[in-house]
Amino acid sequence: MKSLLRIVLLSSAVFSSFASAVEFKQVQANESSVTFGYKQMGVNMEGKFAKFTAQTSFDPAKLAKAQARIDIDLSSIDTGSEEANDEVVGKQWFNAKAFPSAGFISTGVKALGGNRYEAMGKLTIKGKTLDVTAPFTFQASGTRGLFDGVFTIKRLDYNIGEGVWTDVSTVANEIQIKFHIVLIAAPNKK
Amino acid sequence: MDTPIQRYNNTAMALHWLVALLIFAAFPLGVYMHDLPLSPTKLQYYSYHKWIGITILLLVIARVVWRFTHRPPPLPESTPRWEVVVSHITHLALYGLLIVIPLSGWLMSSAKGFQTVWFGVLPLPDLVEKNKELGELLATVHQGLNVFLFLLVGMHIAAVIKHKFIDHDQILERMLPKGKSK
Repeated sequence: MKSLLRIVLLSSAVFSSFASAVEFKQVQANESSVTFGYKQMGVNMEGKFAKFTAQTSFDPAKLAKAQARIDIDLSSIDTGSEEANDEVVGKQWFNAKAFPSAGFISTGVKALGGNRYEAMGKLTIKGKTLDVTAPFTFQASGTRGLFDGVFTIKRLDYNIGEGVWTDVSTVANEIQIKFHIVLIAAPNKK
Repeated sequence: MDTPIQRYNNTAMALHWLVALLIFAAFPLGVYMHDLPLSPTKLQYYSYHKWIGITILLLVIARVVWRFTHRPPPLPESTPRWEVVVSHITHLALYGLLIVIPLSGWLMSSAKGFQTVWFGVLPLPDLVEKNKELGELLATVHQGLNVFLFLLVGMHIAAVIKHKFIDHDQILERMLPKGKSK
């Protein structure tokens, strides 16, 4: 019974990977993550956002139609220390009361060769919208599509960390944002 | 005529006074920084405190090596037996604390999720994984050991004062560079 199930699963995976029109649409929230890295007093720190939503559709054969929209609940931040978690939702950092979420909306995707791509889009944090470019890799295995990417923003471009916190020798200006998004393919209706 | 004082050598004196100076910096800094609201200054103080602590650890290891390879100048023959015993125990405990306290701080930092990077340049390995309970336990250990250190340093200084002003012996001079000859 188990092996039968396996054969069915395998063959459907093989089938879907050969199918020409597969669009990866359904974001698996529990498997996906948005994390970030920064330097504090020369020490590498890591944090993550526990809550975010993503709507994505991606078909490697139809890049022009690729779309991504990610909204991050800023109050779900985990900077790595409780004291800092309380601090960064405050006015000088994200001001999460006035700006509860940060969002990325794609404007285009470019193929870089192999499984490498580049997403262009607009990143809005704390009421400020700037263009960003995020290189990422895409790997399809059966019905699952994995997006992995890293890009760097400068926190002061978005006024994240005002007043005394503009001192980038303590908390570095560069913040690396890493995303790992798992999508499940949905057969294309057209 | 007094017999000439037998002093510690320059290496031992330099290590002793340097460590003393660093303790007098790191200890109050540690007490003060703890209750500060989060700010860049607080993050800096924490880093300075850790850098000083690791420096103390290295210097004390050097002192222990010195101590094993050299014979300290003898205590005056008039020193009562109980004072010899108490002074040995105190010195042993001071050496021990000055190794264990920085170690507990280093481990606490790792357990709380902050790697220690000596002077912002040399990353020390995280010997324990990030773990909230362990971090809090190590914080308590670090504080407790420091209370103990505070008491022992107090005893150490009180003994110096007693020897200088009550016994009028030359205990302190053993650890002081040679001044102008009288």
